[in-house]
Amino acid sequence: MNHYEVTFIIDPVLSGDEIKSTASTYETLLKDQGCTIVHVNELGLKQLAYPINKKSSGVYYCMEFSAANGAAIAKTELSLRRDERIMRFLTIKLDKYGVKYNEDRRNGVISAYKKKESKKKTFDGAPVAGPAVAAPAPEVVKEEPKVVPVEVIAPVVAEVVAPVVSSEEE
Amino acid sequence: MASRDDIKFLSNPTIGQQRKKYCRFKKYGIKYIDYKDSEFLLQFINEQGKLLPRRITGNSLKYQKLVAVAVKRSRHLAILPYVADLLK
Repeated sequence: MNHYEVTFIIDPVLSGDEIKSTASTYETLLKDQGCTIVHVNELGLKQLAYPINKKSSGVYYCMEFSAANGAAIAKTELSLRRDERIMRFLTIKLDKYGVKYNEDRRNGVISAYKKKESKKKTFDGAPVAGPAVAAPAPEVVKEEPKVVPVEVIAPVVAEVVAPVVSSEEE
Repeated sequence: MASRDDIKFLSNPTIGQQRKKYCRFKKYGIKYIDYKDSEFLLQFINEQGKLLPRRITGNSLKYQKLVAVAVKRSRHLAILPYVADLLK
């Protein structure tokens, strides 16, 4: 069984019901072709980084599904391409880490690396506890524990160092 | 007269030293880079939306390639811009 993930952007001009029905048509389309839907993630209305079809926002949907082979994808992509309501789409094959990542994200666990790290080194316990609270951006928070110790050491050596170190980080 | 040992501490010995760069993916065991997570990917692109080189981010080759793929995917989905000014 292979795991795939299809993300698409639906035209925001449509009404809420139309957007939902668009998403559900592709859900049923995948199911009809023998795929099992693992999860449908509604990312909601988001601002686009650049205009697509003269529109500056779009409704993001992300479907994770598993199938025996990739035969269903060609047909799904064709209908996505023909659909005027779909502004953009992307289908990717998930590797085992991707499957695990999505699973962890759904369950509220940040990702596999958190477990692995706490197993590996116990003295990292305090920094790890911080990212556990902030689910959306665990990696961003993780950077801080690394940075802080250096700044702590710097003033001890010489006070002059502190501004120099901070400017280098930028 | 100042001997060689004294001169050594007239200037801060750590000023010129660079912090050792490391691959955060290896260090923290991150195996999958999500193309939907724009906040995370912003760390690997510059203000113009270009990918930062390994020289600067310290990523290992394996993960730099994965980062590049993730950034390109998110550009396609308009999560990150292809070209930008003052992105950060």
